Amino acid sequence: MTEALLKVENLRIELTTRAGVAPVIDNLSFELGHGENISFVGESGCGKSMTALAIMGLLPEGVGRVASGRILFEGEDLTAASDSRLRDIRGNEISMIFQEPMTSLNPVYTVGEQIAEVLRAHQGLSARAARDMAADLLDAVRIPNARARAGDYPFQMSGGQRQRVMIAMALACRPKILIADEPTTALDVTVQAQIFDLLRDLRRDTGTSIILITHDMGAVAEMAERMIVMYAGRNAEIGPVEQIIDHPRHPYTKGLISCVPHIMATLTEDRPDLTEVPGIVPGLREFGQDRCLFASRCAYRTEQCLRQRPPAMAFDNGQLADCWHAETL
Amino acid sequence: MNFLRVTLIRILYAAILLIAVLVLNFSLMHAAPGDVADTIAQAAGGIDAEALEQIRREYGLDQPFLVQLGRYIGNVLQFDLGYSYFYSDKVTNLILSRLPATLLLVISAQLLALVVGVVLGVFSARKPNGILSHFVTFLALFGYSAPVFWTGLLMLVVFSLMVPLFPVAGMRDVTIEGGFFVQALDIAHHLVLPMLTLASIFLALYSRLSRAAMMEVLGSDYVRTAKAKGLSPRQVVYKHALKNALSPVITLAGLQLSAVVSGAVLVETVFSWPGLGTLAFQSILARDTPLILGILFFSALVVIVGNLLTDLALRLVDPRVGGKR
Ligand SMILES: Nc1ncnc2c1ncn2[C@@H]1O[C@H](COP(=O)(O)OP(=O)(O)OP(=O)(O)O)[C@@H](O)[C@H]1O
Ligand code: SF4
Ligand SMILES: [Mg+2]
Repeated sequence: MTEALLKVENLRIELTTRAGVAPVIDNLSFELGHGENISFVGESGCGKSMTALAIMGLLPEGVGRVASGRILFEGEDLTAASDSRLRDIRGNEISMIFQEPMTSLNPVYTVGEQIAEVLRAHQGLSARAARDMAADLLDAVRIPNARARAGDYPFQMSGGQRQRVMIAMALACRPKILIADEPTTALDVTVQAQIFDLLRDLRRDTGTSIILITHDMGAVAEMAERMIVMYAGRNAEIGPVEQIIDHPRHPYTKGLISCVPHIMATLTEDRPDLTEVPGIVPGLREFGQDRCLFASRCAYRTEQCLRQRPPAMAFDNGQLADCWHAETL
Repeated sequence: MNFLRVTLIRILYAAILLIAVLVLNFSLMHAAPGDVADTIAQAAGGIDAEALEQIRREYGLDQPFLVQLGRYIGNVLQFDLGYSYFYSDKVTNLILSRLPATLLLVISAQLLALVVGVVLGVFSARKPNGILSHFVTFLALFGYSAPVFWTGLLMLVVFSLMVPLFPVAGMRDVTIEGGFFVQALDIAHHLVLPMLTLASIFLALYSRLSRAAMMEVLGSDYVRTAKAKGLSPRQVVYKHALKNALSPVITLAGLQLSAVVSGAVLVETVFSWPGLGTLAFQSILARDTPLILGILFFSALVVIVGNLLTDLALRLVDPRVGGKR
């Protein structure tokens, strides 16, 4: 196998809150190959967005920081890169679309300008060329009458259209990696399916690698080759999507999957989101403890689980599960 | 098209509001003891009751309230604000002759406060725990709590008496001769202290508000998007954040137009600045009813027109105000 495009090694992110310092991300490792699509799933608050922001170098200032570990992009460690180097990469080689399409666009500039701006910043396009290309990009994300709509302000567009604008903006410079953080959570079901269709087609056309953060298991099954299940800032299970769905090795994954009746349903059908496994996620304060954080909700718990943090158990098929009893599951 | 319609409706509202103000002012003055006849009598050094009645009849003061009110509004609509017996001149003339001095003072103070306030606000928002940020907090506290006439007197004592850098009073030095440039320089020299004094109130407001607005905007999703695009910190702050943070500041600046006349009364009086403020002060002392009414009306006009202009200015920075352009 060739060198991975992105390689995250033993990443630890600490948040400084009023209650103290807590590791929101604790010893997370994964790789993303060229043209690959990897999906992050896990309950709200498990640190998916934090991981994404860390890759972008956009952890909340003064609150979050990378405490240890490396983020290697084409072999270059982003956690050690200068601000100006990170700015060259952001929006150009790695770009990101966010969970909140309604508020992620600047209300006082036209959408065309907001797209053109990236092109001017990274590709050195002239104002006119950038404007033309922005209209082409809007057309590529299937906004009807793109040339005229480029002059619209965000408030004149629906949530789905705004997310398309965000996608156009993110793909403007043909990035190597696109991070999509729950791109459809705020949208209604039919629009969700359209956005996923769009992402899949764009990926086919551009070969961009995608990190897809989602609650939608159907989307994972349809879009991604590999998936990471996260729990309380830690890896629960990582591996090829089909293998994991076929035979989950972590009790949490098992719970998540059994919640979704027809994972392989087609994208346009109405699919339920990941319903929660009974019990609640531990609070941020408990994150660092040396035990299995899932123990309070786990039916397979033994005494050992409470005493020591489970190591990653590797399987021949590439699956990796952080559970003491992964082998017996 | 839409823009024009909305503007016309706003103008209509403004006109209705102005008439309401007229009615209210007139009623209040009517209810207060003493009238124009008393003023004239005073100016003439006391006259007997019969002559007083004569004057009342002449000026229609013996008519019923509603008749007087109707006539007053009719006159105002023809830009006739009445006659000042104290100054022996038309009220409109008096106001117009004093207006330039006040406008000069108020506009320069506002501009100074806006520019400095926004700059302070932006810089301190970027470093919420920095020295500048604490300075803004202090400045705001000072601006809120120090009475403007006190600030003015302090300025006078320090920069005019102890360190005689600036003149004590007035707007120009009659002994200075010279062309336009020399005269302008002289006025600017006189302007410094009153302008700084008046600006100090606004500066406190603007720096605090722009800091708060800027902090909020800097934490917004679209600023995060701007960063995620790889834009430089300067573009993120001045292009993406500032334009959004300006809306509340512009709104406040517009609202402050009302404080312009009231604030100017104090500042102008302290520095003997020959503007509307001193005129208002003297008209009240002299119980010069037509002049008081005229100045009140004019202040209302300033506020209402100011609000209209604020609205238009907001549309320029924020496309969401007032629908599609
Ligand atoms: N700015 C912040 N200050 C303090 N704590 C934060 C901040 N942002 C996030 N957190 C905390 O960090 C943890 C991880 O948050 P993160 O946003 O990564 O979760 P997530 O997996 O993306 O969840 P969701 O599915 O709701 O988006 C949460 O417990 C959250 O409360
Ligand atoms: S380590 Fe133990 S408690 Fe944790 S998931 Fe595995 S079985 Fe359950
Ligand atoms: Mg999130």
